Amino acid sequence: MFSFAPRRLIIGAVGGLASLATFSYYKSNLFPTCHARSQAVRRYPPSADFPDLKKHNNVMATHLTPGIYARLRDVTTPNGCTLDGCIQTGVDNPGHPFIKTVGAVAGDEESYEVFKALFDPIIDERHNGYKPWDKHPTDLDFTKIRGGNFDAKYVHSSRVRTGRSIRGLGLPPACSRAERREVERVVVDALGKLKGTFAGKYYPLSNMTDAEQEQLITDHFLFDKPVSPLLLASGMARDWPDARGIWHNSQKNFLVWINEEDHTRVISMEKGGNMKAVFERFCTGLLQVEKLIREKGWEFMWNEHLGYVLTCPSNLGTGLRCGVHVTITKLSKDPRFNDILEAMKLQKRGTGGVDTAATGGTYDISNADRLGKSEVQLVQEVIDGVELLIQMEKRLENRRSIDDLIPPKKVTCSKVY
Amino acid sequence: MPGFPGNNELQKAYDTSEDYPDLSKHNNWMAKVMTKDIYAKLRDVRTKSGYSFDQAIQTGIDNPGHPFIMTVGAVAGDEECYDTFADFFDPVIDKRHNGYSKDAKHKTDMNPDHIKGGDLDPKYVLSSRVRTGRSIRGLALPPHCTRAERRAVEKISVDALNCLKEEFAGKYYPLSNMTEAEQEKLIDDHFLFDKPVSPLLTCAGMARDWPDARGIWHNADKNFLVWVNEEDHIRVISMEKGGNMGRVFKRFCDGLNKVEELIKGKGHDFMWNEHLGYVLTCPSNLGTGLRAGVHAKLTLVSQDKRFDDILDKLRLQKRGTGGVDTASVGGVFDISNADRLGFSEVKLCQFVIDGVNTLVDMEKRLEAKKSIDDLIPTEKKN
Repeated sequence: MFSFAPRRLIIGAVGGLASLATFSYYKSNLFPTCHARSQAVRRYPPSADFPDLKKHNNVMATHLTPGIYARLRDVTTPNGCTLDGCIQTGVDNPGHPFIKTVGAVAGDEESYEVFKALFDPIIDERHNGYKPWDKHPTDLDFTKIRGGNFDAKYVHSSRVRTGRSIRGLGLPPACSRAERREVERVVVDALGKLKGTFAGKYYPLSNMTDAEQEQLITDHFLFDKPVSPLLLASGMARDWPDARGIWHNSQKNFLVWINEEDHTRVISMEKGGNMKAVFERFCTGLLQVEKLIREKGWEFMWNEHLGYVLTCPSNLGTGLRCGVHVTITKLSKDPRFNDILEAMKLQKRGTGGVDTAATGGTYDISNADRLGKSEVQLVQEVIDGVELLIQMEKRLENRRSIDDLIPPKKVTCSKVY
Repeated sequence: MPGFPGNNELQKAYDTSEDYPDLSKHNNWMAKVMTKDIYAKLRDVRTKSGYSFDQAIQTGIDNPGHPFIMTVGAVAGDEECYDTFADFFDPVIDKRHNGYSKDAKHKTDMNPDHIKGGDLDPKYVLSSRVRTGRSIRGLALPPHCTRAERRAVEKISVDALNCLKEEFAGKYYPLSNMTEAEQEKLIDDHFLFDKPVSPLLTCAGMARDWPDARGIWHNADKNFLVWVNEEDHIRVISMEKGGNMGRVFKRFCDGLNKVEELIKGKGHDFMWNEHLGYVLTCPSNLGTGLRAGVHAKLTLVSQDKRFDDILDKLRLQKRGTGGVDTASVGGVFDISNADRLGFSEVKLCQFVIDGVNTLVDMEKRLEAKKSIDDLIPTEKKN
């Protein structure tokens, strides 16, 4: 039998240290404790270990210098995470044909602080000029949203997702089995207390019956062991399917993934174009879960510089992707389409997800940004943007010009590519 | 393993029982040997190079079972693992190698003059091949090595190989800088190895940093080949078309012995001890690490219902001609020694020579529609 309280004190203390560390990031003259790595490793100078990144095109490769590597190779976070662990996925995956990938992950909350010499420039580039002294606004007040009920003739589905990490526990690339099981326990315990439209059930991947599996596949809820080398190379798929599972409410419009790419992924979705309702459900559910875990002495990883802390630097801040599946056959063929999306800070994907291409004029359109703007701001940008796309599509259907609707290119901070 | 090395300090806050893997659906040697007591004893132990028990068994947890063969489900990150985690590896080795006690001694014999016969009938034996692996002492193994260590393995091996002369004189082709033309040629010769896709290997972390410090060396005659930094530090292969296994084995021994001499001249050694013989990444390759095999056309005898039992008695193993994970095509089988540890190189090669001769005799009998009953071995060779 284990003793619950003392361990949580330890975890709480580490978490406390972590939040102290991150709050003092910009005044910090901390030299992270140089935990002794093995003698064999330190026999070689860091230059002998520097990865060959000549054929690489990801954000990590752009910013990892021999100098940074030399300073950080032998340093570990209090939990034992190393820089080599963080960058392995970027070393093993030189480049993606559709998008410039990040190429680094965090093994724990402290990674972003201990390895800030690399993560700060990665975050700066990936989030279009986010500086180490910038503050991130968090806002889950859905009452501020204007509009958000799209024409269902064009918008087939609406979805908002984010991730949350449990402070004090290692992240998916580096967690032990015990930590991963703890994440499952903490989150499922909280979800089990949700009521009303949020009442639901947990389906652990390990013990799923065939019938349950069939149903979850039909509902498009089932997630499978990752096959993308971007994820596998970071170690997130270890011990699959231990402590992985899917929770959803009985109405099947509020869904939580446990221990996939992040500790939790929270998804609110429905068919049709009522993004306003989707976002309201998203915020309400998320805030209730947070309240419930706090009652047990846990909290989400968060700080005022990086917002919500997640495994991939691309998901820092809000971790929010608010998107629709929308049919814009004519507009998508317009040569200005990509520029229009960029001006509206929107991103297109195929309807199969990030690694896919579009089929039949139906696109997944979502916010391109994650960090530096609040949840409310990002969702409003998607709502306004999608309304404009639909308006343009209708014009083109009527063979009228869209010239007056084209948004001007926004001036952004310097992009470092 | 991919990602982070196993020095998760916070892990110790959890009792070992909370970290114990769920092996209820597993079928590999690791799962068969693992107990809560073994795990409790070893979870917090590290080798000097920082390798953990969790890392050693990760591949077995992530790969519950293989349809064709009982996999081992654990690897060594360095030479010390087999000693540091002996409470685990000893029973795994014992089971995988058909009974090998922790006090047993392994005999090494790399003298080709000890072989009898070895010129197999080329009408049935299409090709002959001998392979093994070697590890450079003092450097971590592929699951755990740093980039610097892997590059050191490459430098030490290639420096030695480049000193070989005459029939062994050859050239090194690093994977990183291969030209299109070189790649085409190596594919045509069936020499090129690619980044591993088998999850058995990728889950153990062997494919990290690909293709850094990986490469292929071969002699001008293309019958002596070395793979650098694939599943082991080096894999050494001697091969040729036809059935002259004796000659293949002699080239194998002569080449490997020369390489060993050359690395010793620079102050390096192969990992070896008198209990486990040559130390390699996978426990299945301990001892000799040797697989001596032929591609043989055995259409009729392979359809005899006694085939598997015959092979077993001859201490042979069958595979498809695509390698360990494949099935056979067109009556052509890959036939090789089943054992690795507890018998010397010479002994294992002799098993293959004698066994294949027997199988070919059986095939000829069956072609002539005569019985093979008197040729069936009644007891296991040793």
